[in-house]
Amino acid sequence: MLRATLKSLLARKLRLGMSAFAVVLGVAFVTGSYVFTDTLNRTFSDLFSDLHADVLVRPAAPEGQDSFAALAGTTSVSIPADLVGEIAALPGVADAYGEIESGGVGVLDQDGDIVGVMGGPGLGVGYDPDTFADDSVVTVVDGRGPEGPGEVAIDARTVDKAGLDVGDEVDLVTLGSEPRLSAELVGVLQFGGDDDGLAGATMTAFDMRTAQELFLDGEDAYTIISVIAASDVSAEELRDTVAAVLPDSLEASTGADVDDEMISAVEEGLGFFNTFLLVFAAVALFVGIFMILNTFSILVAQRSREMALLRALGARRSQITRSVMIESFVVGLIGSTLGLAAGLGLARLMQVIFGALGMEFSGSLVLAPRTVIVAFAVGIVVTMVAALAPARRASKVPPVAAMRDDMAITGSSRRNHGLLGGLLTAAGVAAMVAGLADAVPEALLFVGLGILTTFVGVALLAPIISVPLIQVITGWYSAAFGTTGRLARQNAMRNPRRTAATASALMIGLALVSAIAVVGASTKKSIDEALDEGLHADFVITNNTAGEPFSPTVADSARDIAGVDTVTSIRSAFAVVEGSQETITAIEPDAFAVASDFDIVEGSGDLAGGGAVVGDGREDDVAIGDTVTIEMAGASTEVPVIGYYDSDSPLLSGGYIVGFDTFTQVGAPTVDTTVLVIAASGAELGAIETGLTEATAELPMVTVRNHEDYRQSQRDELDQLLNIVYALLGLAILVAILGIVNTLALSVMERTREVGLLRAVGLSRRQLRTTIRLESIAIAVLGAVLGIGLGLGFGISLQRALADEGLASLDVPISQLVVFLVLAAVVGILAAVWPARRAARLNVLRAITTE
Amino acid sequence: MTNHDSGPPAAKAVDLTKVYGAGDTQVVALDGVTVDFIASQFTAIMGPSGSGKSTLMHCMAALDTPTSGQVFIGDVELSALNDKKLTRLRRDRIGFVFQAFNLVPTLTARENITLPLDIAGTRVDRDWFETIISTVGLSDRLKHKPNELSGGQQQRVACARALLSKPEIVFADEPTGNLDSRSGAEVLAFLRRSVREFGQTIVMVTHDPGAAAHADRVLFLGDGRLVDEMIDPTAEKVLERMKGFDAVGTGQVG
Ligand SMILES: Nc1ncnc2c1ncn2[C@@H]1O[C@H](COP(=O)(O)OP(=O)(O)O)[C@@H](O)[C@H]1O
Ligand SMILES: [Mg+2]
Repeated sequence: MLRATLKSLLARKLRLGMSAFAVVLGVAFVTGSYVFTDTLNRTFSDLFSDLHADVLVRPAAPEGQDSFAALAGTTSVSIPADLVGEIAALPGVADAYGEIESGGVGVLDQDGDIVGVMGGPGLGVGYDPDTFADDSVVTVVDGRGPEGPGEVAIDARTVDKAGLDVGDEVDLVTLGSEPRLSAELVGVLQFGGDDDGLAGATMTAFDMRTAQELFLDGEDAYTIISVIAASDVSAEELRDTVAAVLPDSLEASTGADVDDEMISAVEEGLGFFNTFLLVFAAVALFVGIFMILNTFSILVAQRSREMALLRALGARRSQITRSVMIESFVVGLIGSTLGLAAGLGLARLMQVIFGALGMEFSGSLVLAPRTVIVAFAVGIVVTMVAALAPARRASKVPPVAAMRDDMAITGSSRRNHGLLGGLLTAAGVAAMVAGLADAVPEALLFVGLGILTTFVGVALLAPIISVPLIQVITGWYSAAFGTTGRLARQNAMRNPRRTAATASALMIGLALVSAIAVVGASTKKSIDEALDEGLHADFVITNNTAGEPFSPTVADSARDIAGVDTVTSIRSAFAVVEGSQETITAIEPDAFAVASDFDIVEGSGDLAGGGAVVGDGREDDVAIGDTVTIEMAGASTEVPVIGYYDSDSPLLSGGYIVGFDTFTQVGAPTVDTTVLVIAASGAELGAIETGLTEATAELPMVTVRNHEDYRQSQRDELDQLLNIVYALLGLAILVAILGIVNTLALSVMERTREVGLLRAVGLSRRQLRTTIRLESIAIAVLGAVLGIGLGLGFGISLQRALADEGLASLDVPISQLVVFLVLAAVVGILAAVWPARRAARLNVLRAITTE
Repeated sequence: MTNHDSGPPAAKAVDLTKVYGAGDTQVVALDGVTVDFIASQFTAIMGPSGSGKSTLMHCMAALDTPTSGQVFIGDVELSALNDKKLTRLRRDRIGFVFQAFNLVPTLTARENITLPLDIAGTRVDRDWFETIISTVGLSDRLKHKPNELSGGQQQRVACARALLSKPEIVFADEPTGNLDSRSGAEVLAFLRRSVREFGQTIVMVTHDPGAAAHADRVLFLGDGRLVDEMIDPTAEKVLERMKGFDAVGTGQVG
């Protein structure tokens, strides 16, 4: 039996190969995601390992701080310089020295653009000739270290990219009081042993005194103290010794712990990225199931004679089932193997693309055992699950079928499937609605499973609903294409289950795409409306990298422009509030209320007194009069809650808002994330815009936008995100297209005789191709109609559910959906190219005489 | 071969040779066959299995290309035609009936019958359609799909289709081979009537002497060559002749 199975497998290489392709694609994506993120992880752990001295003294991190915030967070708390001497004098300390590390320093290239990836950190450090000499991590490889104001040393890769040479003047931007600097490049730094670079970051070294001026308001202080242990002292012992002399605001950690902390912060960030990619891989695999199921169904149908013969010769049902399952196992195995290889290729490709974008991470790809196990498990399980139904159906072929001529496996009751499909659809919709209405715990899980179940349910219903739908879709075929059209129409309807399964694959991809299109359009409309109503500022100044801060001097220079009435800033920072990670915002309430909406629904909005307000969505969590603890590295402040504000305001997130003084007091750095500008009435807006643009011209990371441009930029930002999601869903659609190709090709093979007959009685090659193309279009459009219908349902429900969370208005992007429909028809045409060519190439005679 | 009746041949083969494969596995299926098929005659072709009957049909019907020699339908020489012209020629001037699988399963009997005309976009001659349908006795079966028809009915539908476009010649390769004797007789009767009443030219391969007896003339093939012919055959005479083949040991009748 096994031999017979493997033989028949070999005889159908091509057909199975095509179904394995779905597995290959899905597994490749899974593997690619893992390998890529593992490789990134490895790059960062290499970068961060052995980076630090035995013990580090830093501002104490609050309990509950997310590691990403620890990595990204800046604090205004510094370490007084005298502490260095005090620590150096402790027993067991071989040496201690202060260091300064800060973010927000950008190096400009010849064109005045910031070097490095968007959002890639620009590190600014203090240079101390003594410590840099011992420091094995950063070394001066060319020139010398900076020795006074007006001198800098920059890492080799950045120097290279900016096209600088030692001795050149280099322009820099900072977040400080002097946002734009010019200095002489006196040296080139190298980070780490080789020129691996900083994975997209840049590093600029100033002499220590200049760094203190720039980053610590001129105080004689540091941000970190590195402590080196004497030869007989362990890092842990040293940490405890040092910790004993530190004030509460500071903490001592071993260098190894800090390395791990940074690595796990990166891992966490990448983990999210990985999950994001895996979700799309899962969608593609789910779609792949339909394709594999269909292929096996067709193959089983084609072999019903052979199976009947085996049954007649005494094979048991279970043996037939098993033989199909073994076949699927082999297909899964081969598909996974190829997928694994393709996944490595994909990861390499992403590495190259990231490199081209300025985020080099070199080194070989990391193929963890986990990746291999997951790849094979996923590939094989998906294939075998998909083959289950066809395998069962195969075992139901009666032995007598071997003797009959025109035996087809008649569908096991389609009505049963319809009933099950109806039930599943209903259950799925119910779960989704329950999840969306937040009526259940784990709402997101309910929504996800609900959508999944709905897909399966509709896919089961599809054979029934597809017949009338196909009738409508192909209604014009006869009139437009005569016999060719009629044949195509009949072919599309002759096996509803097959047509439906093929279309279902496309349905899933398109349902997700349409749902996202609806949500995206609704979001844009909601943002537009919210900004129309709630943004009164004439100009908005932001960092090009959303959410990144910039120097407060921008606001100052805006104030100097003629015709400007009010200028106000928004500041924000990561902080731990009552033990959980949050983003706190600082505004000047009166000015802000003019530029946007700041409506206090209860309590007071007078932030000048040192209180905080919180969005009205959190009335249940905090009461007015409560005191909340706001913690940042090295600082902990008690702040009273004095009111609730209306969180529908477009620029406010619903989190804690404080005044500027409180913001500084809790330890947040004095940098702006947004500046709002209102023109005096009657002022010439064009002139102000020109003035603002000129005033910020020397800070290339800052952009001035007028009201309409700002709206557009918000839309563009969303579009970028949507495009990434569309591109990733494209993978699922690609699998679906392959599914159509596969089904058509198999159907053509199955109808070889018929094709031969048609050709014999005078159907031209062209007419034959048209027939197949029309059938393909019918399948694709069926999938699109089902998918867009479902997607509309999903999208509208999502919008309804999120109406209170900023998605107030529904917008159905009809033209976009029509485009999807048309694209589906085009997909149909494309999918038919190869099967049609194959069919047209069939030798008429061979076709007729085929067994 | 000589003409036995007046008039030009509806189709002819001149020194027709068909070789399959090459080297050791080479098979000469037709070995220089020259034959005329006279218009409005019913010609039967007989011969042992593997003697090249089907190959001859396929080459004559523009379904296969000869290795050498010429095939004429009317006065058109087939080797001069490209695929497009061959397709049109098959559609407009030739009809066929195969041993089995003659019908498109998704189409009704009526649609199957009119298929070549539909493909060509030609109008169906209603009177002629009615005449054929009544001759073939299928008036009440036109709306049925092939799988709802018996084997004999299916073959009669195929015959009706072959005749509807009034082709110059109809080729039938063992049209009764899959049928029981009664259904076979119905199909044969219909083919014979179409020759007698409508002047249709038909060439039919058969291994049944009784079927061959319906023909005006029987050609005998052996080893890819035309070995004999018989005018106004009877079943007995044909059977006698076939026995001769067995005696020579050329193989079994098939
Ligand atoms: N496609 C083919 N390839 C190779 N040999 C073939 C092919 N078709 C037919 N033959 C050979 O050609 C010879 C004649 O076949 P055929 O015309 O089918 O005979 P018949 O119909 O008289 O039984 C046989 O020996 C057969 O094996
Ligand atoms: Mg034959």
